[in-house]
Amino acid sequence: MIGVGKEKEATMRGVHDIGGLPDGPIPRDQHAVTLSEKRIDALMTLLSDNKRRLLRVDEMRRAIESLGAEAYDTLGYYERWLAAITAIMVEKGVLTNAEIEARVAVVKARLEAEA
Amino acid sequence: MTPRFAPGDPVTVHDRHPPGHVRTPYYIRGKAGVIERVCGAFGNPESLAYGGSGRPLRPLYRVRFRQDAVWPRYDGPTADTVDIEIFEHWLDAGGHERPTTDREEAR
Repeated sequence: MIGVGKEKEATMRGVHDIGGLPDGPIPRDQHAVTLSEKRIDALMTLLSDNKRRLLRVDEMRRAIESLGAEAYDTLGYYERWLAAITAIMVEKGVLTNAEIEARVAVVKARLEAEA
Repeated sequence: MTPRFAPGDPVTVHDRHPPGHVRTPYYIRGKAGVIERVCGAFGNPESLAYGGSGRPLRPLYRVRFRQDAVWPRYDGPTADTVDIEIFEHWLDAGGHERPTTDREEAR
């Protein structure tokens, strides 16, 4: 990488492409899979099945890699999945951002009423 | 699609950094290795990732690299290797494995 500054290099190297970079020990603590994580997993499975074919693993990876460094580093594993699924569904015109926001508002209101 | 390379062929990974989704890890770009096996032909992920057909199928190889040719100051046994699956359109024929230079180490 002769003659290429650190900043330029950072733009050439994807945020996910961390092989060989120094870092701390791998956190090995586990947690039980939550209901929302199971639902995100189910969404992915259903959207990519042979009946629907709305999602491919390659598209998921591309969308996750495109989240931006800040989101990539702060979101959890399934949160990245959800962000990627959402982006691809909007990209393909399956859902609009307005529809998603409207639905989130409905669910939020229901949960607040239940609380 | 007929694969261009056969097991034992020396190859060098392209040292290029296109934007977008690719399957060639950053750390192996520009490095030389040897074809370990032909894995078959698969849809091109650089097309599939953007809703494309992935066609034509691209030959995929398992390429074997010497660890001491990949990592600066690698202090494991010199016989250590790392295998990486790389698509044909990321490989050039030829090239020889060599220890990482100080200059490369600086990056």
